[in-house]
Amino acid sequence: MRRSRLLTLFIYGSLLLLAVFYLIPIYVLVVNALKDYREVSVEAMWRLPQNLTLASFAKAWNGDPTTGMQGLGQNFLNSVYLVVPAVILSVFLGSINGYVLAHWRFRGSEVLFFLLLFGMFIPYQSVLIPLVKLLMAIGLYGSIPGLILAHVVYGIPITTLIFRNYYAQIPRELSESAQIDGAGVLGVYRYVIVPLSAPGTVVAVIWQFTQIWNDFLFGVVITNKPSVQPITVALNNLAGSFIVEWNVQMAGALLAALPTLLIYILMGRYFIRGLLAGSVKG
Amino acid sequence: MRKRQWVKGMALALAFMGLALGQTGKLEIFSWWTTGGEAAGLLKLFDIYKARHPGVKIINATVAGGAGSNAKAVLKTRMLGGDPPDSFQVHMGHELIDTWVTTGFMEPLDDLYQKNGWDKVFPKGVLELLKWNGHYWSVPANIHRANVLWYNKAIFEKYGLTPPKTYDEFFAIAEKLKKEGIIPLALGDNGIWASTHVFETVLIGVLGPEGYKGLWNGTTDWRGEGVRKALETFAKMLNYVNADHAARSWDQANDLIIQGKAAMYIHGDWANADFLAKGFDGYGWAPAPGNVGIYDALSDTFGLPKKAPDPQEARWWLELLGSKEGQEAFNPLKGSICARTDCDASLFNPYLQWAMKQWQTDTIVPSLAHGAAAKESWVAAVNDVMSLFVTSRNVAQAQEMLAQACVDAGVCKQ
Amino acid sequence: MRRYRLVAFALIAPSVLLIIVFVYGFIGWTTWLSLTNQNDIIVPQVRFVGLENYIRLFHNLRFLIDLKNTLIFALLFIPGSLVLGLAGALLLNSGIRYEGVFRTIFLMPMALSFIVTGVVWRWLMNPSSGLNLMFDALGLGFLKNGWYTDPSIGIKAIALAAVWQLSGYTMALYLAGLRAIPKELYEAAQVDGASQWQFFRFVTFPLLTPVTLSAVIVLGHISLKIFDLVVAVAGISGGPAFSSDVPALYMFVTTFQANRFAQGGAISIILLMMVSFLVIPYLSWSLRREATE
Repeated sequence: MRRSRLLTLFIYGSLLLLAVFYLIPIYVLVVNALKDYREVSVEAMWRLPQNLTLASFAKAWNGDPTTGMQGLGQNFLNSVYLVVPAVILSVFLGSINGYVLAHWRFRGSEVLFFLLLFGMFIPYQSVLIPLVKLLMAIGLYGSIPGLILAHVVYGIPITTLIFRNYYAQIPRELSESAQIDGAGVLGVYRYVIVPLSAPGTVVAVIWQFTQIWNDFLFGVVITNKPSVQPITVALNNLAGSFIVEWNVQMAGALLAALPTLLIYILMGRYFIRGLLAGSVKG
Repeated sequence: MRKRQWVKGMALALAFMGLALGQTGKLEIFSWWTTGGEAAGLLKLFDIYKARHPGVKIINATVAGGAGSNAKAVLKTRMLGGDPPDSFQVHMGHELIDTWVTTGFMEPLDDLYQKNGWDKVFPKGVLELLKWNGHYWSVPANIHRANVLWYNKAIFEKYGLTPPKTYDEFFAIAEKLKKEGIIPLALGDNGIWASTHVFETVLIGVLGPEGYKGLWNGTTDWRGEGVRKALETFAKMLNYVNADHAARSWDQANDLIIQGKAAMYIHGDWANADFLAKGFDGYGWAPAPGNVGIYDALSDTFGLPKKAPDPQEARWWLELLGSKEGQEAFNPLKGSICARTDCDASLFNPYLQWAMKQWQTDTIVPSLAHGAAAKESWVAAVNDVMSLFVTSRNVAQAQEMLAQACVDAGVCKQ
Repeated sequence: MRRYRLVAFALIAPSVLLIIVFVYGFIGWTTWLSLTNQNDIIVPQVRFVGLENYIRLFHNLRFLIDLKNTLIFALLFIPGSLVLGLAGALLLNSGIRYEGVFRTIFLMPMALSFIVTGVVWRWLMNPSSGLNLMFDALGLGFLKNGWYTDPSIGIKAIALAAVWQLSGYTMALYLAGLRAIPKELYEAAQVDGASQWQFFRFVTFPLLTPVTLSAVIVLGHISLKIFDLVVAVAGISGGPAFSSDVPALYMFVTTFQANRFAQGGAISIILLMMVSFLVIPYLSWSLRREATE
């Protein structure tokens, strides 16, 4: 279908307009984070920095002892300590569940799947109070392991879904022939499924990483001390105190965004696959 | 239970190991003093503490943001989770008593009061607010005054004005300034408590000290004439505030006075510290309209949780806090007056010296917005009413909601 | 075979158990809590009070405002994301150059946390900075407004930020839908001499209907759950006169700041019921559809 020049102009014009719309906040974020303290004023928000400096990042990371401002460095690390084990555990569980639900359907497995999936959509507010009480009772409240537990459990539905849809594409003949060779349920998983799991795992890892890194609700409810809070919670507190200069807030926001942004830019394809899996039909 | 014993034993063993290593212990102090003068005052207290008790490692657990609301939320989860700090900042009055004392989370401090003779150096009005069930539960570090009218001197001189003593005078001045294109009254209620704060001074001004105090024990009728008049007065005052009040925080409202854009500001005396920190001295002060002779007080106090991991270190901290040395070191920096009546006035700036004098003679009433007058859930309910009222100015609806809040708090009958 | 099934079931049993406890058990727990009088840190005598906490909510002005805000938010956010998403997907799918670059830009907000974007939007929509300054510079001064600080706008400003953040999601969905349309259909249509508009109207659009349905459900349930973005933009008090307040935020404040646990539980159960109305029919529909394929 050949296009008229006018239509082509319209298409590219609209694309550019959309790109501006999506980039405006990113522009503000990056430009102001790179500004010198002296250049920062609300009126100059749109101006490009005259001197590029990373001072705001240093301040956002280290804090400022003279004003008592706490830096985000520790919280960034907290997020790392949280994300890494939580992702590994939930991906592991998701892989096993997905395998069983895709290859070993039993009576009631559809109902089970439905019950699992529903857990993905619930407003977490409806489980928060018992969650806090349970974590207190088992001594995990206010700690990163407690937060890991919450993310692993509530991550089961989506990781199960991702792996189930992915494993459903692996031909049954492969697992059946392995069975004929004498492999059991675990054997098939170990020797047939796991070696083929890489793409599905990447999708699940990226999805869970982004979700957990970006989470706020569990973080703000479960971790109470600033020293164990993940970066999103600390960033919100930082931005909530008006005494902190806003270029430092921007730098802090960029720090918090960096890991997920990098993953997205480098592995966007897998990221989007995870996104689509979230709407149930992969 | 057996397991707890075991944990205790382990903790004890570890503590002894610490002793052997030359570390006498630790002290975790929880507050929302993260910036400016209050942070400086806190650090000064830590310095004195370290000199008195070398070897104690001090953990400065602060939570920023939301005028303490973030910190209070964090504290709550820590207390309920059985993981309290050694001592924590809490407003004098119902905020402490109803939240933590009646529920059995605190240790009484009668021995400290006796040992240090505090029942003689703190004024009676304060001691009453600290006491519950015949015991003392916290040590006040300072006293702030909530009902102050701050004004820009240059503007007042230019138009030949004097600080308004009554609401009639206030509205006459406000009308005049408005015609001149000056914002008569600054407000920054991005945190809605700032509106509750102004409304509280109006309640005091309209009802008088006894009528105001009666609101909190059920003897003043929330559905009565007085509350209605206070709401009407406050609604009228809102006609004279800056249009962008909802976007400003309290200190950004203060900036309007500094920049000469607004003439008056009804706020607590931490505004004084903010003026000084920003290098501005063209401000004057007076009691808020209708509040002459009344001291609307709030205080930051520290208590001792029952499950505090380091009770001895915490008691040392509380002793320092209540001492003359501690109060004289902390308060000039924090911008508040001593809770003790024997502090050296020459250490304080002119405003605080004025406040210290008033403190001796004025009638003391407890602040609502800052936790002294009513329990937290009641304050939260009043904040909710204010959030709606500032926009709707619907007096009848607000009065009904306020009356309901008193019922919900268990003080008023349906 | 039977032994295999047993092993298979044993493998998922831990996860199933966790979900039963942490999802269904906890929902039950919250429901029970919401029917009692536990509205303080310590309640001397826990009592069953029936629907009292629910009835109170429907007489509570703040909660009613929250429900209205949720509706306004959904009515702006869902169509906004659908239109922008579809437009973006059609543009990206029209055989342009640098498609990858544009796509990366359009979907980028999806990778960010609500808190990060909230912090930026708070400054962009501050009355004395951000967008208002830009409008001035572009001679569009009449567009200036108080954004989330103006009680008559409030949640609408939050919806704008949400559309910015999540329209990429619908775009990705639509793009996948468009890519799934077989090439032969285009060719056949060309042979039949159909115009581009006719093709879109009679082929593309109907084929995208299931995608739209998925998107509406997902965006709808996000509208009910929105929380982080409101906190980061308007703050914990929900803006002036609760103009940006939402039930999820009210639940948080009621429960964790005012200690009214039963009341907070009631809000969360109402939220859960609204989400269920939306999601349960959709889930069973899409699972059944999958089974028949």
